[in-house]
Amino acid sequence: MKIDRRSFLAFGVGGAAGTALSPLPWKLTDDSSIWSQRWPWVPIPVDGKIGYAQSTCMLCPGGCGITVRKIDDRPVKIEGQEGHPVNQGGICILGMAGLQFLYGPSRVKTPLKRTGKRGQGQWAQISWEAALNEVAEKLGTLRADGRPQGLACMTDTERGTIPALLKRFMTVYGSPNFIGPASAQDAQETAVRAMAGVDGTVGFDVEKADLILSFGSGLLDGWGSPVRMFQAYSNRQDRKTQIVQIDSRLSNTAAKSDRWISINPGTEGTLALGLAYHIIAKSFYNKVFVDNFSAGFDSFKQKVMADFSPAKVAEITGVPADIISELALQFATAHRPLAICGRGRGSAPGALSDTMAVLALNALVGSINSDGGVRFLPDPGYIFWPDPDLDPIALKGNEQSRLDGAGTGQFSHTRSLPNRFFEQFGSDQRNVPEIMLIADANPLYTLRDTKAVQAALDQIPFIVSFSSFMDETAQQADLILPNHTFLERYQDVPAPAGFTRPFIGLARPVVAPQYNTRHLGDVIIALAGQLKGTIIRAFGWDNYLACLKDTLDERWEGMIEKGFWMDDHFSSPSWDAMFTTGTGRFEFNGEKVASDPWTGAVAAEGDSSTFPLILVPYDSIRLAGGSIGNPPFMMKTVAATVLVKADVFVEINPETARKYQLNEGTPAMLTTPKGEGKVRIHLSEGIMPGLVAMPTGLGHTAFDDFLAGKGVNVNELVGPVEDAASGFDAAWGIRAKLAKA
Amino acid sequence: MKQAHGKTKKFGMVIDLDKCTGCGTCMVACMAENNVPFRKDETDKRLSITWMQVYKLTNGKSYPDAEICYLPRPCQHCEGHHSGHSPCVSVCPATATDYDSETGIVSQIYTRCFGCRYCMAACPYHARYFNWWDPVWPGDMEKYLSPNVSPRMRGVVEKCSFCFHRYQLAMEKAILEGRHELEEQEYQTSCTQACPAGAITFGDLNNPEHKVHQLAQPDPHHHGRPKNPKVFRLLERLHTNPKIYYFSSKEWVRRAGDNYVKDESKSDHHE
Repeated sequence: MKIDRRSFLAFGVGGAAGTALSPLPWKLTDDSSIWSQRWPWVPIPVDGKIGYAQSTCMLCPGGCGITVRKIDDRPVKIEGQEGHPVNQGGICILGMAGLQFLYGPSRVKTPLKRTGKRGQGQWAQISWEAALNEVAEKLGTLRADGRPQGLACMTDTERGTIPALLKRFMTVYGSPNFIGPASAQDAQETAVRAMAGVDGTVGFDVEKADLILSFGSGLLDGWGSPVRMFQAYSNRQDRKTQIVQIDSRLSNTAAKSDRWISINPGTEGTLALGLAYHIIAKSFYNKVFVDNFSAGFDSFKQKVMADFSPAKVAEITGVPADIISELALQFATAHRPLAICGRGRGSAPGALSDTMAVLALNALVGSINSDGGVRFLPDPGYIFWPDPDLDPIALKGNEQSRLDGAGTGQFSHTRSLPNRFFEQFGSDQRNVPEIMLIADANPLYTLRDTKAVQAALDQIPFIVSFSSFMDETAQQADLILPNHTFLERYQDVPAPAGFTRPFIGLARPVVAPQYNTRHLGDVIIALAGQLKGTIIRAFGWDNYLACLKDTLDERWEGMIEKGFWMDDHFSSPSWDAMFTTGTGRFEFNGEKVASDPWTGAVAAEGDSSTFPLILVPYDSIRLAGGSIGNPPFMMKTVAATVLVKADVFVEINPETARKYQLNEGTPAMLTTPKGEGKVRIHLSEGIMPGLVAMPTGLGHTAFDDFLAGKGVNVNELVGPVEDAASGFDAAWGIRAKLAKA
Repeated sequence: MKQAHGKTKKFGMVIDLDKCTGCGTCMVACMAENNVPFRKDETDKRLSITWMQVYKLTNGKSYPDAEICYLPRPCQHCEGHHSGHSPCVSVCPATATDYDSETGIVSQIYTRCFGCRYCMAACPYHARYFNWWDPVWPGDMEKYLSPNVSPRMRGVVEKCSFCFHRYQLAMEKAILEGRHELEEQEYQTSCTQACPAGAITFGDLNNPEHKVHQLAQPDPHHHGRPKNPKVFRLLERLHTNPKIYYFSSKEWVRRAGDNYVKDESKSDHHE
């Protein structure tokens, strides 16, 4: 048969038509998805029995109850615990992503010993025995040399049995240098010690207040116990509560409040005293409280009348005088007014006077220990361990003064000053600690002026980290003795931030330890055991769990069952029995506050001619703060107006942008007296002209590739400003300049 | 129209934009529930898979009169003008996405999808996402994967399923107990459950006893258009008949829910 051109084409066309009409193309498309999808590396999650375990979240000071969904032994999701007094079944974005910490690549899986230079990231895996021996040997030598005060310890909380064990260890070892955190919560507690003489925690009764005046507090940006705040906002219409946000930036909190009052940054305390002026001048204050239960009112009044006149306050704060007087009237005439302080999520303490001004404002209207007011809660006293015996070395060591200067003299009300701690030995070699223990704190990321902190850490000969994760500070350690994560351990979690009742939460392991980690409590007891003598005698427990059970005593059974202990019948003492100051009254000007607290707003560091703009850090609920960093899920929620690739966006007003010829997305160099960072520009009508707002929580250099190397850590650009009255870091921002990069 | 296996459902949501704080918990709740993968760089939002996405709206005014409103956007589970005429369902050549007339849920069957992405082009809400890479869970994160949702592979489209596996689990339980109907609280999506502000309400829009029905007041004669004047749906004029309703007390927010030519009068909102 001869195949000519015609029949060849006919055969071809006929064949194509036939194939198209057959099921073959459809079969092929279907098969193509099967062939291209069945890869062995796409995991098939193992099925099993569904179960639930309850615990307490420890990712922030909020203390929420969590329910963990499990498949057999495997936690697969974290949800809020129904009926928990703090969060009532709710959960926040960070808690929801908590399992990514448990299983994530940034876990320290076994004790590590540094092999390369500091910070190079070269480690050798060692056994627990070898690790503990090495620490014990170093501790023993330092003590034998008679310099026990050369041991320092830093934590990110001073509450509960773990800090108490560490503190006890430090005491019997012979060092006063136990350094806790300094946050807005600590500033509130310090102010309450000074003004009311009460040593405890501070609660804000947001559920019962009918007017909440927030002085820059990011109630929806991670302040206090975040879920509780979300719920208080959400239900406020049912309660007819008004929320007024005073803020220099249209934060989420400002956006969702009933009213946003824009203010020059750093002048919130001045505005509080400006409101006090009107309340005093128009005699709107609570006379029963002021006349019978307070002291120092006359001098406070004199000071406010002289230095915080409406015209002056309007000029400093940028809030018009008529709005100040209107706000004062609204606050004074509300049934249950509540003023709240602590900037952003409250990670920095700020000037003591700012906190005192807000407490004084609450006191003026009688919102102290009343429904809807500020509550001074006594420390939930449950840690009653017998005083330890101290040997002569310990006695001598404890007589030395603390390196941070907290708790004595000028700063008698303050517990810990981490910023000052590092600054002190920056200048004087003799002050450099020889061994530093770091538990749950990440000062190299969280403290202002990270370069100075790095330089200080460089001088410490031996650093031991107990971190569960390879964070910035752990990277600088010589030895890492990893703790279990919060999902793998027992621990008491007392006093959720801002909560209004005595409360102790309990974290319980929801899963067996995933790696070769050890409970910090057990590690402290083991180290004490190696040091022998009075040191081990101070720890009469075989292990941490025994210590915890013993300490919680009759509360233990109920806590294991419910996950918390709460004093249901708690009521604040009446005003005549409440204050334990020398006068037994509420001290408007604070007791033993060395310098005059009412000196006005703290200025931003830097001169205005070189640095015409002001950099203000801002907190966002989608960027975790504190010692931990964002897990991958949360990175997915960060908007493209905040981070693109490795570039962080700073918010500026279009007016500022025009002045410096910047546009949306322009790469720019942001310079402050402390450093510089590469940023991009985001234009926003929600920020005051002249300000540059930068998110906190970015610019990590540690953890994992999902977080590290993205953006700039704002703490590199902002330096601390020491508050004369407390020693706290009072900085709220810094002067800055922007130039096209 | 009572059938042996229960009444026809139309599951939907009402999201209270006055309450939404933009915290993003719903987004993470969705990721954690549905084994959503992640990559080292998630800043290119065209590539970042977020079944639930929270958008930020602004009122366009200058400082300090500027306002912000957040708008969470899951799959809108469009019904179209007749059952199943969703923009995506009508273009899928592989029947990988389908409209379930019993629940009103738009499904996505990964193993049928061969990645042509017609549905993504058709979806006016950008609610669909393509897997450009195989998923990788670093460290030991594979351990947290839920067996109720299959991990997806490179080359397929995925989107919000209204946590359909939760519906299946709830139905299984109900049937074992001899029931054919679910209580309102028995089937709730992960985002609804997680929202700390209580901004999301989920339920059967056909059931007058469910909160979603009471809040949205869907008008059955006008393809579910809300009768509540403070409630709106996104891009109403496209007639996609979505099942996500938004509540806002603010006029500018409600107007932002649709496209308007400049100076178009407000009365045109409901055509």
